[in-house]
Amino acid sequence: MTAAILGTYLTAALLLIGAGFASVAAIGLLKFNDPMTRLHAPTKIGTVGIGALLLASMLHGFLSGAPSYHELLIMGFLFVTAPISANFIAKVNIHQRSCDTPPAPPQDETWSTLNTPKEPGQSPPHSSQ
Amino acid sequence: MARRLLHWLMPHPVLTLLLAVVWILLQNQFSAGMAVFGLILGIVIPLITAPWWPDRPQSFRSGKMARYALLVIWDIMVANLQVAWIVLTVPNTKLRPAWIVVPLELRAPEAITMLAGTITLTPGTVSADLSDEGHSLLVHVLHTTTPDAVRDEIKTRYEARLKEIFA
Repeated sequence: MTAAILGTYLTAALLLIGAGFASVAAIGLLKFNDPMTRLHAPTKIGTVGIGALLLASMLHGFLSGAPSYHELLIMGFLFVTAPISANFIAKVNIHQRSCDTPPAPPQDETWSTLNTPKEPGQSPPHSSQ
Repeated sequence: MARRLLHWLMPHPVLTLLLAVVWILLQNQFSAGMAVFGLILGIVIPLITAPWWPDRPQSFRSGKMARYALLVIWDIMVANLQVAWIVLTVPNTKLRPAWIVVPLELRAPEAITMLAGTITLTPGTVSADLSDEGHSLLVHVLHTTTPDAVRDEIKTRYEARLKEIFA
């Protein structure tokens, strides 16, 4: 019986932690005023927030006798896809010049997002990709 | 002969295993039939998608990878608290975002992908772009007064370990 009570408290704590992180992510999204800094809050704090909520869901499933493993998959997909969407949003920001232009790379010509042909009909300096 | 047949049947054994496990997890219950069907999917899907998997990384040390994953999960949790603190306490006028350029020693595409993913998942840094020939990585930092220290930490903490994993 004590294990069940302890589990319930743990589930509640995880739910609160997850909700707390998710709301901090939302606050960050509203508070920051530049597209690049705005990107930081939801893409990352969000993952841990959702991770805690999913852990709570799994724990509740085990306690109520209906174990569920879907949450592991959701977490896996989330951790694999979150960096990709963040990367795409960052690339769009760079491409549309809606943020400070990044410093030039030390070794190569330019950043791949900025590597576009200057005039129509003229090929870019490095078209190997 | 048997080994060649096995290699033809399973060009990517880890992918086969991963697909089978994902299938079983999707079913949410374990039974022998489900395991067999998962294994069939795990064999058929890599065979169909083989043209998009031209080659595998030369070597991959899974033991070191497991330790790296634990380190990254720990860093994610610590860094989340730091970013939550920044979001709640640092006003916009005092925020010091910065671009930093990380020169890459890694050459394997898988290793660079993993480094970029790690950088994005650890809050406070987002990997934004790769230079056109892949020699440096562009990273955006949310709040820092010492960009060089952030770059050195990425290099020593993550890139050095990934170099050992994909050595």
